[in-house]
Amino acid sequence: MNPGPALPEVPEPDGTTVLGASDVARALTRIAHEIVERSRGVDDLVLLGIPTRGVTLARRLAERLAQIDPAFDADACTGELDVTMYRDDLRRQPTRAVGITRLPAVGIEDKTVVLVDDVLFSGRTIRAALDALGDLGRPRAVRLACLVDRGHREVPIRPDFVGKNLPTAQSERVRVRLAEVDDVADAVVIAGRDGSTDVRSTR
Amino acid sequence: MRHLLSTADLSKDEAVGLLDTAAQMAATQSREIKKLPTLRGRTVVNLFFEDSTRTRISFETAAKRLSADVINFSAKGSSVSKGESLKDTALTLHAMGADAVVVRHWASGAPYQLAHAGWLDAAVLNAGDGTHMHPTQALLDAYTMRRHLAGRAGGLAAPADDGVGADLAGLRIAIVGDVLHSRVARANVALLHTLGAEVTLVAPPTLVPVGVEAWPCRTSYDLDATLADWRPDAVMMLRVQRERMSGGAGAFFPSPLEYTRYYGLDARRLAQLADHAIVMHPGPMNRGLEISAEAADSDKAVIVEQVANGIAVRMAALYLLMAGDRSAEGNDL
Amino acid sequence: MSTDLTMGTITYVLRGVRPLGGDAVDVVLADGVVAEVAEAGSATAEGATVIEAADHVLLPGLVDLHTHLREPGREDAETVASGTRAAAVGGFTAVHAMANTSPVADTAGVVEQVHRLGQQAGWADVHPVGAVTVGLDGVRLAELGAMADSAARVRVFSDDGKCVHDPILMRRALEYVKAFDGVVAQHAQEPRLTEGAQMNEGVVSAQVGLAGWPAVAEEAIIARDVLLAEHVGSRLHVCHLSTAGSVEIIRWAKSRGIDVTAEVTPHHLILTDDLARTYDPTYKVNPPLRTAADVEAVRQGLADGTIDIVATDHAPHTREDKDCEWGAAAFGMTGLETALSVVQQTMVDTGRLTWSDVARVLSTAPARIGRIEATQGRPIAVGEPANLTLVDPTATRTIDGAAQATSSGNTPFRGHELPGQVVATFLRGRATVLDGAPVAPVDGVVSAP
Ligand SMILES: [Zn+2]
Repeated sequence: MNPGPALPEVPEPDGTTVLGASDVARALTRIAHEIVERSRGVDDLVLLGIPTRGVTLARRLAERLAQIDPAFDADACTGELDVTMYRDDLRRQPTRAVGITRLPAVGIEDKTVVLVDDVLFSGRTIRAALDALGDLGRPRAVRLACLVDRGHREVPIRPDFVGKNLPTAQSERVRVRLAEVDDVADAVVIAGRDGSTDVRSTR
Repeated sequence: MRHLLSTADLSKDEAVGLLDTAAQMAATQSREIKKLPTLRGRTVVNLFFEDSTRTRISFETAAKRLSADVINFSAKGSSVSKGESLKDTALTLHAMGADAVVVRHWASGAPYQLAHAGWLDAAVLNAGDGTHMHPTQALLDAYTMRRHLAGRAGGLAAPADDGVGADLAGLRIAIVGDVLHSRVARANVALLHTLGAEVTLVAPPTLVPVGVEAWPCRTSYDLDATLADWRPDAVMMLRVQRERMSGGAGAFFPSPLEYTRYYGLDARRLAQLADHAIVMHPGPMNRGLEISAEAADSDKAVIVEQVANGIAVRMAALYLLMAGDRSAEGNDL
Repeated sequence: MSTDLTMGTITYVLRGVRPLGGDAVDVVLADGVVAEVAEAGSATAEGATVIEAADHVLLPGLVDLHTHLREPGREDAETVASGTRAAAVGGFTAVHAMANTSPVADTAGVVEQVHRLGQQAGWADVHPVGAVTVGLDGVRLAELGAMADSAARVRVFSDDGKCVHDPILMRRALEYVKAFDGVVAQHAQEPRLTEGAQMNEGVVSAQVGLAGWPAVAEEAIIARDVLLAEHVGSRLHVCHLSTAGSVEIIRWAKSRGIDVTAEVTPHHLILTDDLARTYDPTYKVNPPLRTAADVEAVRQGLADGTIDIVATDHAPHTREDKDCEWGAAAFGMTGLETALSVVQQTMVDTGRLTWSDVARVLSTAPARIGRIEATQGRPIAVGEPANLTLVDPTATRTIDGAAQATSSGNTPFRGHELPGQVVATFLRGRATVLDGAPVAPVDGVVSAP
């Protein structure tokens, strides 16, 4: 992984940085090790990132898995899964653009699929992802990895791998910044703590 | 998007976005499970005042692949043919809770009236009106061109990724035939211009509308010269209605034979096309009239693919019109 | 002239009015005639109704040479009573009722019926137009002489709605009506060039995909007809001129001394074919709305006298005939209640016509063409019949189709703000309109030309 030139730290004007770049890196490395441990190796393991930042995180995890076990082919075993057309909240918002779904070259049939997302909140995105996955094939098992779990689940879904548990108020928003997507240094920022600022969720 | 009435209303970003959405829809159609839950609980009415089994089935398939409920409301055998007005039909559909109305009509402007008269608050999707517009046909044509030709202007390599994200800048498209009565030609000229392609209309002067000089395209009466000198990347042959050559003094050309001789795409003209060029036709074809069997069945013909792409494009249009919160959509497209 | 039972009992003093837009005077109406024209503020009359009308313009009662009253046959769209009430509200004291009714006004019986209905209604003089050909079929001459000799005294003959396109039939009609000083009013539309046509053929029709109606279809007939009229020495009237080319041909014909008159509608003075982009059939009309260049040409023609008159072509239609697809909708728009305002906006307020000119193009000239100049389109002078229209040119109003006197709502000016308001209309001294509202004629009152 090419670290590239140092990117500027741009904290949210009204937010608190709860994870810095090195925290993010450490969390991902830990998750990668946990995945290998839990799966007893990298055989039949594939990663599916949920756009937008989940795709970046999946790619980073794949690189770490390949470092842990060179038998893991990062390019062939990583894909992206757009869940837009499976969401249950489409009618509540202006029309969303449909994203790209790209299955890993090795496929998902009888694989252990690890879904990767940045922030786990209500769980509805993951519910949609499970439906989408069901239409694409039949994995042997499906796991969930997320960088941040901020609670407030609305469906019975629980992550298998978590970078950081972050207790939040419903009204707060949590933003994940990643160098590849946002052109700033990696960070997890929490904003709207007093409830007075904008209450959009990150997903 | 609130309605899809005319390709002239689409901005370049909207048009490219529609084609990109169609590309994602197309990707789902190669899977074993083709059906998506996206429009579950929504109702699409196919309102056809004019027969067109092909177009109706394409829209019906698209809607069903997105899990919408589909009601076919045909002018034939319904109250429409007994003189029920467009207005009363619209009020009925409104009462039935239609979320989108796909309308095919013999009268130019009927979809525009449905969208604007205040009879109905559903999204209106123009499936061909009179001699005016056929936006989904033009979109599927552009989608097909992009898959084969995006970035090919000047003979570059075929597009990667089916041209997703790309426009049609620099491509040369010849549209040949009955432009005067063609909603396909009108829809294509507007959309292709928006996407950056150049268009030449080729037709006998009797089948070119007065006022064409205001269209963003060139016109020619000479197919051979257009093929030889202008080197189009795609040639789109329009259907010639048999009735255009009857009517005695009012006929638009002297005979089918003469039409074919000057404006038909035959083996000789096919051989003049560049290697990468494609041959298109909106269907149904009059083999032996505007297109010969050699041309229709050649490797360059993408006519069957156009039909398949039609489903993806119509899924995209239905998705963009129906999936989101319609009260949040300002644009009337 | 028959006696109006109320004559002699109603006297009006119009105080401070400006006849033909000139200096302010008082005008006294009594016994159905103009009784006195006096210095402003000086006139008094025992028991008179005084109308304070400072700065209002007084015109001779307007005369429409081209009105569709729809009765008999389409009373659901308009009746003689509702149409003439609309005429009165618009300032008209006489209308020519077109012959395309059902049955067609092609016999003495039908024209007399329409004439009688007009008398009974009492809102305005109704002069029936006789059909040129039996059933408007363009095949055989109708009994023009019988209609001319009937109680309706028909002098204007027209197949309006259809063109007398057969050249030999047109020649015969032009010649035949000379016997009783009649005139053929031609609806100039070459039928083969306009088969299925929906709107002006040009840039807009090419874009909106509605079948085109070329200017040449009108101009070719006008050119032929002025030459025919010259050849047989007849007079010819051309209905609703709509193109720049038509104006050019009429100008040329007049320069040759051909006895031709021409009319333009209010809508062709102001609206263009751009409105077809809305696909709202309210704007579907025959002849079609043309381009901005044509609008300018007909304004110029009206200003320089090439075009003699403004006639409404008031064409009421039911909701069912307009609340539908453009291609299925009926041609036509209403115009009686907006005509004067449109002429004011396009011609007077722009300085192209004076109020005296307005009196000419909307009253004197149409009365002369229709050969009713003995009773209508008269000077505003003592002893003349009190057929008058009082206009407040400073008023503005927003048009509401539902609020109009006509039975039909197909006004193209719905929601438009137009200048000028007809304050009062007098038919032989009796007010048919006061304070801008129709005044129902007293029962049993018979008004006859
Ligand atoms: Zn007419």
